[in-house]
Amino acid sequence: MDLTTNSLLLTWTVFTPAIGLAAILLLLALRPLARWPQVFLDQAARGIGVVTTVVATALGIALWAGFDGSTAALQFIHRTVWMRSWNIEYFVAVDGLSLSMVVLTVVVFLAGAVASLPWWGALDDHHPHFSKRHVPGYWVLFLLLETGVLGTFAAQDFFLFYVFWEVMLLPMYFLIGIWGAPPRRDPDGRVRGGPYAAIKFFLYTLAGSVLMLLAMIAIYYASGPGTLADGTATQHTFNLPLLARQAREGTFLRAAPILGLDFARVVFVGLFIGFAIKVPMFPFHTWLPDAHVDAPTPISVILAGILLKTGVYGLFRFNLQLFPGALDWASYAVGVLGVVNIVYGAFVCMAQKDLKKLIAYSSVSHMGFCLLGLAAGTPQAVNGAIFQMVGHGIVSPMLFLVAGVIYDRAHTRQIEAFGGLAHRMPEYAAVTGLAFMASLGLPGLAGFVGEVLVFLGSFAATDPLFRVLVSIGALSVIITAAYYLWTMQRMFLGPFNEAWAHLMDMNWRERITLYPLAVVTVVLGVWPVPVFRMLEGTVGTLIGGLGH
Amino acid sequence: MHHPILKDFPLFWIPLLPLLGAFWNGTQGWWTQRRFGRAAVHLPAVILPAASTVVAIWGFLVLWFGDPGTVLHDSLWAWLDIPPLRAEVAFQMDRLSAVMALVVTFVGTLIHVYSTGYMKDDPAYWRFFAYLNLFLFAMLVLVLGDNLLLMFVGWEGVGLCSYLLISFWWRDREKAKAGMKAFVVNRIGDFGFTLGVFLLFFGLMTTPARPVPPADRPGSPDVAGHLEPLPPTSVTFREIEQLLQDPSRRDLLVQRKVLGLSLVTLVCLLLFVGATGKSAQIPLYVWLPDAMAGPTPVSALIHAATMVTAGVYLVARMHFLFSLSPGAMTVVASIGALTALFAASIGLFQHDIKKVLAYSTVSQLGFMFLAVGVGAWWVGIFHLMTHAFFKACLFLGSGSVILGCHHEQDMRRMGGLRRLMPITATTYLLATAAIAGFPFFSGFFSKDEILWKAFDSGNLLLPGGGVLLWGMAAVAAFGTSYYMFRSYYLTFSGSYRGAGDHGADVASGHDADHHAPDPHGTPAEGHHGSLPHESPVSMTAVLAVLAALAVIGGLVGLPHLWHLPNFFEAWLEPVFESSAPRIVSAGHGHGWEWALMAISVALAFGGFGLARWLYRDARNPLPERLARSPNRWVRGLHRVVYHKYYVDEAYDLTAVRGALWTSRAFAWWDVQVVDRLVIWVGAIGRLLGWIGGAMDRAFVDGAVEAVGEMISGAGNRVRRWHSGRIQAYVQGIALGAVALVVVAYLLAW
Repeated sequence: MDLTTNSLLLTWTVFTPAIGLAAILLLLALRPLARWPQVFLDQAARGIGVVTTVVATALGIALWAGFDGSTAALQFIHRTVWMRSWNIEYFVAVDGLSLSMVVLTVVVFLAGAVASLPWWGALDDHHPHFSKRHVPGYWVLFLLLETGVLGTFAAQDFFLFYVFWEVMLLPMYFLIGIWGAPPRRDPDGRVRGGPYAAIKFFLYTLAGSVLMLLAMIAIYYASGPGTLADGTATQHTFNLPLLARQAREGTFLRAAPILGLDFARVVFVGLFIGFAIKVPMFPFHTWLPDAHVDAPTPISVILAGILLKTGVYGLFRFNLQLFPGALDWASYAVGVLGVVNIVYGAFVCMAQKDLKKLIAYSSVSHMGFCLLGLAAGTPQAVNGAIFQMVGHGIVSPMLFLVAGVIYDRAHTRQIEAFGGLAHRMPEYAAVTGLAFMASLGLPGLAGFVGEVLVFLGSFAATDPLFRVLVSIGALSVIITAAYYLWTMQRMFLGPFNEAWAHLMDMNWRERITLYPLAVVTVVLGVWPVPVFRMLEGTVGTLIGGLGH
Repeated sequence: MHHPILKDFPLFWIPLLPLLGAFWNGTQGWWTQRRFGRAAVHLPAVILPAASTVVAIWGFLVLWFGDPGTVLHDSLWAWLDIPPLRAEVAFQMDRLSAVMALVVTFVGTLIHVYSTGYMKDDPAYWRFFAYLNLFLFAMLVLVLGDNLLLMFVGWEGVGLCSYLLISFWWRDREKAKAGMKAFVVNRIGDFGFTLGVFLLFFGLMTTPARPVPPADRPGSPDVAGHLEPLPPTSVTFREIEQLLQDPSRRDLLVQRKVLGLSLVTLVCLLLFVGATGKSAQIPLYVWLPDAMAGPTPVSALIHAATMVTAGVYLVARMHFLFSLSPGAMTVVASIGALTALFAASIGLFQHDIKKVLAYSTVSQLGFMFLAVGVGAWWVGIFHLMTHAFFKACLFLGSGSVILGCHHEQDMRRMGGLRRLMPITATTYLLATAAIAGFPFFSGFFSKDEILWKAFDSGNLLLPGGGVLLWGMAAVAAFGTSYYMFRSYYLTFSGSYRGAGDHGADVASGHDADHHAPDPHGTPAEGHHGSLPHESPVSMTAVLAVLAALAVIGGLVGLPHLWHLPNFFEAWLEPVFESSAPRIVSAGHGHGWEWALMAISVALAFGGFGLARWLYRDARNPLPERLARSPNRWVRGLHRVVYHKYYVDEAYDLTAVRGALWTSRAFAWWDVQVVDRLVIWVGAIGRLLGWIGGAMDRAFVDGAVEAVGEMISGAGNRVRRWHSGRIQAYVQGIALGAVALVVVAYLLAW
């Protein structure tokens, strides 16, 4: 296993947003000297933000272009000692799983960046748009978030991963709390809004982080000897590829029990809960609808498109790679929870009155496929689960952008408030229809590939329980179709509600975000091969440790 | 069995051409229509499917002149390729697909031509043709796809187009709902379809591999004639068929029990669930009558001639699987016969001309399933083809009538149209004769063959075998003849009863010029009060072509009894060769066959005679009296049948309400229980924080308190960050980042 530094491209990709962030901070620092007007600062911050995300996207695509998917070996390795006394390294590299997420990240952030630009149509003064509030601060946090996410996917040192994981948390908290919806009192007397959602998200995720931290420390002390980048031999290691090898060699199976319980299982459960909160898995999912509903559109886009994937990524990277035996042990539970996510989420969707909440719950439903695929562990199911992350990572941003379009105009998202909108906004209706169809798993669009592979692969698993689970989970194809088409019908079809006669159809900012995503949805639906090529070598190694 | 001979052929053009048309009109039609007029829309929309028809005919000719086992094949790219799963975007055209592709492209193109007349006043002309082209694309993917998953792309694609076209006039809430219903009910079928595919994939794979001597290992010869080793399991039709050539694999698939059924039976039943959804069979037929909300050309193309026959095609395509399971075959045949009878009974009393045709379609599809259910694959496809001709003709004729009568669909307000719309009336009459099964018309040959094959089937697991199913189908055939002629006489004979609000007595063909315009009619709605008129030539020409085919189309499949060649059976024989040995006859002789043929003819004429007696020229008062009968039971029966046995209402009460109730219950649970728990945990954390010391207060309480504050409504701490002091929170972040680094280094010591 050759883990010497061979490329700085990945580091550049990860820290490109941080460079943009630094540039904005520099502008702010120079402001007292230069006496720039606020407008200049705002526009400069926006410009820097968009340019930075474009550059990051280009770098991400370059990574993909230079990647060899046929091997499971890590590529674009950059490794150097960070904190010697704790054997912590700065170690970034990608395999197929990481790279698919890195590419998804840069694309979704690009869409989010464009969606963060103010809408240059007529804006209603009574409803100040988030994109005009505290602009430089927004972009600083936005770029910090991107670096955090990219680092999370690229890190190959457990401690580094943890640091990036926490870096991701902080900006999200502010982005939801400050730029989200103002506090309001719901009809049931509870106070909701951006600040509430932000705190809930923060505490919930932090609780997960604590479990992860404990698991990390336990794993570190159970790990075998390692080598640092400069060749120093160490007693323990945070190095993930090394840990994975030690896991294959049975190091963690021999580790001392924790409180009389099997080491691997205890640590597995700790990690699992930590990541499951992020997925989000039933019953830890209730932060999601709140966070989504009250976050500004681009943050919802990023939250659904990327942040949820960090949870599933963690499950694959840590739970599956380090504790395959424990996953075998827990596969029933994980599979059942996955199907509960799928079916329960779909049913809850159908009862929602708020469009954004409906879409949020649909994420709960769709991320259940990843859990089911992980539990089944067959090549088709795992490929399907990872593809589902990519597919959902493209489709759910479309859905949230679509919800943003109508909210920016009507300042409500109540489905029942609309009717016949296709009359006034035909283009918007068409794009929404495409996004809905992709999300309900219409074959030929991106949503279908992941779902059918997870189902097919799980069905082909040796354990008969999975055939039962798939049979139940497949009910979601009916429910999903029902709630999307029902929403379509209530919002867009039927007689036109004249109250909305002033609404305008989509503008160019919205087209620039939605159309490329729509094209990607179609392309991935009919030609998903590039993603599978990327994963070819990785998946085999990932599931190599499973018992079936 | 001989191996199929694969031959490369650019099949991708057949679906691609309509797709190009859909893309062009879907993205550009809105302005080309405004700028250049309707022709800019319908020229590409008609020419591209026509070109597709030409390619299909070309492929057909290659098959015609080729070896009987020739299969045209066109592999484009790997789609889902994770061994052992391999689904390509690849098309194949064997003799079965060729028949389907020809019917779809040919009838499809005709209906496009017809639509240029029918839809000419619709502002969304471009959208209509975009959808219609998209439908052709999806349907062609369905019939040409070389594996189950690609077929499923077309399968759901046609469902999508059906949804789009049923709710084409979406401003009407009922029409929008009908589209939604069609899609969701189809998805119930798709649930079965996908599970069937999964189970088949699994069942083939887990069959223990047996070392096969290289000499008789089944393989798929590629173009050069080399044998490729078969994968352990497959979703590709050709490969599944070859895998099942291996007797040990076949036996294991048959002997393996799941839920008390053999695996192969379960696979077939699940696939058949998909077929009942798409092809509107019991219990999932309910969407089709509502689908009549769409424009009439759509009803003709999608809901009569092509899409709804996909289920029949699926069963015929999977003949090698279905033939392994007499149980599943019996279910298919029984559901078919039952649906034929049931739908025919509903058709007896409907007043809406399109509803009559809709139930007639459901009923005729039942006949097709009866045919494939008894293993008479070619007969099912034969009836599929003749039905495409005469039912398309009937639907388009009804469209012509509806257009002529200014969007009136109630037959009680028609009448006397024979004089006003002679071409429509003649073609409708010919097609009615065909569907009723008048001798020498196309429907006679196909339906008679179905009845005979059902009667003579030795495969069924029913007591009494095919005789029972024959009896049901024969009654349905009588009903068909009756209600179709009823619709003919109500619509075309007697005197015109429409004419605005003046009721039944005013207009007949003679006083057309004196007839006062309807006071409520506005010019924008067309001439509501004026008399019906014959449709433009773009429509009547299509009717004439289809009527001609409805008359002579059956001649390709003449009965053996007459000692005349049956081209159709001979054409499809190589396709169904592998399952032929498993289909057995009950051994009834020629005498029986002659007798049944005589009965069929008698039933057709009987239905005709009854309808003529009751409805010709609207002279017989009996139907009216019957509907108002003083007898409670007669009225009750009439009402129950007229209201379609209240099946829709029953589904609404159970399935729809049930799903809605479940969703509300789950949503309540989510907010009131799951989320409450989270809030309680937060509150407990807050309590602990309060109890804790100063360190705790700095971290835990500070955060949890915020939760508490949000809950109590006082929380504005975060909002304080709003004060506009950007530097403040930027500094905060910088401090946070520094703190993180410091903590990290502290840990390092």
